[in-house]
Parts: sequence; C-alpha cells; structure tokens
Amino acid sequence: MVKKIIMKSYLGLILLFLYLPIVVLIVFSFNKSKSRGNWSGFTLKWYKELFENSQIMDSLYTTLLLAILSSIIAVIIGTFAAIGIHNMKKFRKTMVMNLTYLPVLNPDIVTGVSLMIMFVFIGSIIGLKLGFITMLLAHITFNIPYVILSVLPRLRQMNKHMYEAALDLGATSVYAFRKVIIPEIMPGIISGFLMAFTLSIDDFVISYFTSGSGVSNLSITIYSMARTGVKPTINALSTIMFVSVLLLLILINIRSAREEKRRKQYDA
Amino acid sequence: MNKKWVAYPYLVWMIIFIVIPSFLILFYAFTVRDEQGIRFTLDNFYKFCEPIYLSVLLKSLGLALFSTFVCLILGYPVAMILASKHFSKSATLSILFIIPMWMNFLLRTYSWLTLLEKNGIINSILSFFHLPKIDILYTDTAVVLGMVYNFLPFMILPIYTVLMKIDSKLVEAAQDLGGNSFTVFRRITLPLSIPGVMSGITMVFMPAVTTFVISKLLGGGQYTLIGNFIERQFIQLSDWNFGSAISMVMMILILISIGIMSKFDEDKGGGAALW
Repeated sequence: MVKKIIMKSYLGLILLFLYLPIVVLIVFSFNKSKSRGNWSGFTLKWYKELFENSQIMDSLYTTLLLAILSSIIAVIIGTFAAIGIHNMKKFRKTMVMNLTYLPVLNPDIVTGVSLMIMFVFIGSIIGLKLGFITMLLAHITFNIPYVILSVLPRLRQMNKHMYEAALDLGATSVYAFRKVIIPEIMPGIISGFLMAFTLSIDDFVISYFTSGSGVSNLSITIYSMARTGVKPTINALSTIMFVSVLLLLILINIRSAREEKRRKQYDA
Repeated sequence: MNKKWVAYPYLVWMIIFIVIPSFLILFYAFTVRDEQGIRFTLDNFYKFCEPIYLSVLLKSLGLALFSTFVCLILGYPVAMILASKHFSKSATLSILFIIPMWMNFLLRTYSWLTLLEKNGIINSILSFFHLPKIDILYTDTAVVLGMVYNFLPFMILPIYTVLMKIDSKLVEAAQDLGGNSFTVFRRITLPLSIPGVMSGITMVFMPAVTTFVISKLLGGGQYTLIGNFIERQFIQLSDWNFGSAISMVMMILILISIGIMSKFDEDKGGGAALW
C-alpha cells in the first residue's frame, strides 16, 4: 500500500514537471496583461486578436499547407519506395536502407545546413530562392524515411502469394495492386502519414535553415518573437491547437472503445 | 510485385536531397575561399582544434551526457512503475507522456522563462513560503533543465516498451528461487531492459548534443553550445567552410556513438541469452 502511494506520487511529480509549462502557457493565454508572469485578470481578447493578426495567421497557413503537402507527397513516394525496396536483392536492399536511415540518424541541424547549402548552390544556377518551395522539398525529404519505415514491416507481414493469386485470377497488375496490396499495407501508410504530418508541423530546425526571408512557419515565427517576447496571441493559438488534438484523441478513443464493446456483445 | 523500378523516384530524390548535400558539406569543409579562389585545405579543421572551439565542443558533450544521465535516473523508475502490474491502464497512462509533445516545443521551452524568472512563478511560490529564491535562468542548470524537460519522454517510452515485453514468469521464477526484489531487479529486469535503455540514451543524447534552441532560450543570447556555433557560422557569419567542418565533426561523432551503442547492445544481448 505504501509502495503504491510512493509510486503514484512519483508519477505525479514527473507529470507535474512535464505539464507545468503547458498549464502556464494556457493560463496566460487568458491573461489581461501583455507581460508574461504578471496575472492581471481574465480576458478573451487574445483569442479575438489572433484572427486579426496577419503574421500569425500567415504562418499558421504556411505550417498547415507545408504539413499537408509534404506528408501527402512523402506518402506517395515513400509507399512506392517501400514496395520497390521490399523486392530488392539483399545487397542493394542494405545499401538503400542505409541511405534511408541517414536522415533519421543525422542531427537535424546537419540535415538543415546541408540542404541550405544545396538550395543556395543550385538555386544560384536555376534561379530558385530560399522560400516556401525549398521548405517543402526539405520537409518531404525528412518525411519520406518515416513513411518507408512504417510501410515496410506491413509488406513483410503480407502473404506474397496473394498478389500472384490475383494475377492468376485475371487481374491486371494495376488492379491487383489497388485491390490487394494497398488494403494490406493501409495501416502502415496511415501511421506513416500521421507521423510525417506531426513531424512537419513540429519542425523548427530544418525549416529555419531552408526558409528565406518572408516565409515562415509557426515555429520560426515563435523563435523570432522569443527575442522580444512572445505575445499572448501565440499562447491562444497553441491552446486552440493543443485542445483540438486532445479532443480528436479522446473522440477516437471513445469510438474504438465503443466498437470493441459492440464486438464483445456480438461475440457473446 | 517484382517491380523494383517503383523505388527509383525515391532513389533519385534521395540522391538529390541527401547524397549531394552531404558531399557539398564535405566539399565546403575541406576548402577555403580567398583571393586566389577556392582551394583545398585542412585549415577549417585546424581552426576547430583551437582551445576556444574545443572547449565549446567539450561543454556540449558534457551537458548532453549529464542531461542523458538525469533522464535515465528520472525516467527508468517511471517506465518501471508504468510497466508494473499495479497499473492496469498503463497504455492510457503512457499516452500522458506523449501528449506534451503536441505543444510546440519552442513554446514549451519558452514557458520555462515565465516559471524561472527572478520574479517568476516558482520564485513567487517560494517567497510565499518564506523559502530562499532560486536564480538559475541563463545558467548551465537552466539549459540542463530544458534538455531534460524536452527529451525525458524519449527515455521513458523505449524503456517502457522493453519492460512490457519481459516475460513475467522470469521475474516470478527468480522470486520463487529466493531472490529479493533488489536481486531480481539486478539479475533479471535490468539486463533484459538494456536494449531499451540504449535506444533511450541514443534518443536523448543525440538531440541534446546538437540543440541550439534550448541553449539560446534558456541560456541567454551569449550562451554557446556546438549547435549555436554551427548556426552562427551559417546564419550570421556566413562562414560556410568552417560551419561545414564543424557539422562534419558533429556528424562523425554522432555516427560513431550510434555504432558503439548498437555494438554494446548486441554484446549485452548475447551475454543475456547465454545465461
């Protein structure tokens, strides 16, 4: 009994440590005063101001657009890549997998600066400036490996004769691909997409080095604000984003719990 | 299914965006540009061996190692408690350690300023209880705190995953054979959890040693770790050659430490299997 109390209070302390800054952040999004750490009454004005602040709205738009585009493109390239890699012979497979692990293992800052050098180098030849396009290319690049790494295990689990059976039954290879392979590996594709999306939304370091002046995602905007002081409007935006992700998670959990319950009733 | 070519767009992509940039870093690291044009040299690396730069490297390694150690000491018990049979809903509980990561990490780190300031929240609470104030903002302690705060979940989750997989019969057998809880932990749980500990260490140490955001926010403007150094060479000073050389050293150090980690992991695994 005492042991359990000690365990619980230790967990509670660690969770307090992890959540304290978040609670502070959310609380101060309702703070009347602009200065941090100085509570002077409840207000909702930062939430109203948020939608009128074009700098924040622009960077929110950039962040979301980047995340959606980069994760969709990464999923397409990555899924095909995983299928191709799955069919490679041992030596080539090892080579390509090492290449795939490189951006995962490499420190973000090194990936960031190396891409920056390349974009400036090639950009000077073909006239491409650092901006949204270079950021998008960078995001796709660091997203693809995560898609591959989540699709590959699914391919390995798949019964390889199913595809051949479909072909024997007269399906064209495209039809068999669409009807047999894709449904089998769908969970891997979805988790790859979610991972890519989250990584892209959260990225700071690589975006910081590959974006030019004029374009910035939320992280870059926050970083540049940090020098002069982050406005409570940003707190308000993060609160909205955090709460919506939380609600989404709770909804998914409730739904899957309900489904499980129904299945159990059905079995009984 | 026997179509390898579907991977070719990916290969072309990776050659353009990973292989070529890596070679560009290599190229910049071994060259300097002066009046006579571009020439090959080792000057960038000699420059890095000067005491001021080496001390920055040592400081980064030291702080990252210390933070990793703190994460391990704090995180291992958390993983053990989560994996213990006292908590039936440990999967739900473990999500609680992931949720904070959905908040932008810059903001979460910035939020510590509000907490740690001279007249910040923590000091207000301390003074309310007539306790001495703490003044750690813009010191090494604050940077370590920021690292531990940001990377602690990366230590907890891999260890938790490994602990969940341990066959509870092994633990029970050890208890039946008369092992007290410390012996069981030392001889059974700890050796079996080493793979999780190793991946936790890698996942904390790597981002900690290269960070430049945490040190800039919590260490103040002049605070320099190796990450800040690289950033300055590229963004403010435009000395890409020197910056590339440091990045290369960084990359090699990380790859070596990953190599050592996986080696150590294998050896331990083999040893445990033998017993």
